[in-house]
Amino acid sequence: MLAYIGRRILGMIPTLFIVSVITFIIIQLPPGDFFTTRAIEAAMSGGGQDKETVKKMQERYGLDKPLHVQYWRWISGFPRGDFGYSLEWNSPVLPIVLQRLGYTIQVGGLSLLFMIAVAVPIGIYSATHQYSFGDHALSLVGFLGLSLPGFLLALLWMFLGIIVLRIPVGGEFSKSMADQPWNLAKVWDYLNHLWPPAVILGLASTAQLQRIMRGNLLDVMGQQFITTARAKGLKEKKVVNKYGVRAAINPLISVMAMEIPKIISESTIVGIVMSVPTTGPLLLRALETQDMYLAGTFLLFMTLLLMAANLLADIALAWADPRIVYT
Amino acid sequence: MSKSEELFKLYEGLSDAREDLTPEALADEKSLDAIFAASQWQLMWRKFKRNKVAILGGIVVLLFYLAALLAGFIAPYTLEARFVKYIHMPPQRIRFFNDGKVQPFVCGVDLTIDENLRKHYIPNCDERFPLRFFAHGEPYKLLGLLETDIHLFQAPEGGIVSLLGTDRQGRDMFSRVLYGSQVSLTIGLLGVLMSLILGSVLGVVSGYYGGWVDDLMQRLIELVRSFPSIPLWMALSAAVPPHWPPERTYFAVTLILSLIGWTWLARQLRGKVLALRHEDFVLAAKMTGASDAWVIFRHLIPATFSHIIVVSTLSMPSMILAETSLSFLGLGLRPPVTSWGVLLKEVQNIQSIALYPWVFTPAVAIALLILAFNFLGDGLRDAADPYTV
Repeated sequence: MLAYIGRRILGMIPTLFIVSVITFIIIQLPPGDFFTTRAIEAAMSGGGQDKETVKKMQERYGLDKPLHVQYWRWISGFPRGDFGYSLEWNSPVLPIVLQRLGYTIQVGGLSLLFMIAVAVPIGIYSATHQYSFGDHALSLVGFLGLSLPGFLLALLWMFLGIIVLRIPVGGEFSKSMADQPWNLAKVWDYLNHLWPPAVILGLASTAQLQRIMRGNLLDVMGQQFITTARAKGLKEKKVVNKYGVRAAINPLISVMAMEIPKIISESTIVGIVMSVPTTGPLLLRALETQDMYLAGTFLLFMTLLLMAANLLADIALAWADPRIVYT
Repeated sequence: MSKSEELFKLYEGLSDAREDLTPEALADEKSLDAIFAASQWQLMWRKFKRNKVAILGGIVVLLFYLAALLAGFIAPYTLEARFVKYIHMPPQRIRFFNDGKVQPFVCGVDLTIDENLRKHYIPNCDERFPLRFFAHGEPYKLLGLLETDIHLFQAPEGGIVSLLGTDRQGRDMFSRVLYGSQVSLTIGLLGVLMSLILGSVLGVVSGYYGGWVDDLMQRLIELVRSFPSIPLWMALSAAVPPHWPPERTYFAVTLILSLIGWTWLARQLRGKVLALRHEDFVLAAKMTGASDAWVIFRHLIPATFSHIIVVSTLSMPSMILAETSLSFLGLGLRPPVTSWGVLLKEVQNIQSIALYPWVFTPAVAIALLILAFNFLGDGLRDAADPYTV
């Protein structure tokens, strides 16, 4: 198993290398660079920067060099933990990216928990009450969740929060809490702002998960060991929970692994709508201002996160299902 | 024993067992007859027909496309028609009975401004504007070809009919949602078509040849899929120069969407072809001297056709949603091109949802369409495999 994990991690390195090349090309694609974009922005608001200053700045940050030289400058810093310098934030990009990534992982992890907590019981109910009113109703709700994209749900939530519930929504903290030192009230406030994006991210995947749980359990319940368990005179509750669910829940791990990329990718847009500090708002800003090292490092780290999540899912599957042998 | 012989035996056995038949059973046998004689497509259609929700989904999708096709005719106004007197006006109600006779009309609108400088539009039913049907209005091109000015309905001179209210520039939301559907619906269709071409050719080739071709293709797919899709889309659309003409931006965005979309399709089809390539009919074609291209395009792609349809229907929602999300962020399409995402961009500001909820209607249209597509795709998936019950 350890050898398998080691091989997987080694295998990620060439992929990451190619990903870094592609990422670098993509962030270089837009015409102009950070300084020309800033000059245009300044010109639009009436100010101006002469061409000389722009040129000097470009020289200073090496933006006038050919592509491969710039690329080399970027990746040669990786081993030292240097992922470039954000021109807009006047700081190395790594701490900025890590902080945002940390929040994304918190939201994503919470939404995974939410998914399991909601989808599994619903799936079990739907399978044991197949074609009942509840089954149909829950399937319909699931379909609705599947059809509403994350950002619409986020908008809807903001709408509900402001108009109907009249509570402050969005953001990492309430306005009054943002500047205070950490205390219990602030933690409570933090959590209160953490769960809505997590639930919104989880909803779409919950629908998928609940449908697969239902299908799996229905398949399992038709098998002979279930009939045997019933013939032994076990209580139906035990037959379902100890025999059926135990066997039906394993494939769910790989389904969840498939949902993780969706969560990571949706978290950007949900973060933007709800103005919570996931990777989204900063990535968008970095793309707009062509703060290329920041944008590139975001893309790189999100890809890394995705790969790591997939690896974790595979390990979890191996741990949960002893029938799977890794070579 | 060949497949057809087996089937025949089975059929014989069935009719033998039913010598002593009641009328109902006879009718049953007739339907069995029909099933054995039916082609695969007929079987699929039979199965699909039974799924009422899927049919409903299909009808809704068709209606959406029909509305998009005839947007200019159905919309009372053009995309950019502005009514400066009616900024952020709430939706109007159509009343059907005017003084006891059937005559749809809308009421006039009175504007009052309260002490907070908020505008209130109050319907004033003393002033009635009966709708004119098939009436002349602003000129437009029907289906992009026919120059005409006939609209499905129009308000008479001096009145306005706005079924979904107006936006902050006084433009009719109903007309804008209709025109927006043209872009949103076709970008989904085009994007799926492009990823279909890429995905089906690459997927089928990958499954058919196997070996290093397959390996290379699978690594490529893995590589594309190791990127998180929305951030990658965002980065690519940010690279589309803002000064490009609308048509070019439209195609660039479509291309960007299909750049990721094809991988899923290729995977699905590869699996299908892997299973098919050792089937008798492929072997027979090869033995009669058919070239690889012939086998792929005349046998394998048609054999996977039902799956191609299912997979492309199922990938339509994500395509449409991707365009909407990108435009919503201001990275995809930009005005004057109007898609549902562009319309929703104006709603980003929460204040506008609070005060003018009707500008949120594009979201309702999106949700409805996606729901319909999901139902349809689900039904098609079940029907594509007509041999399992």
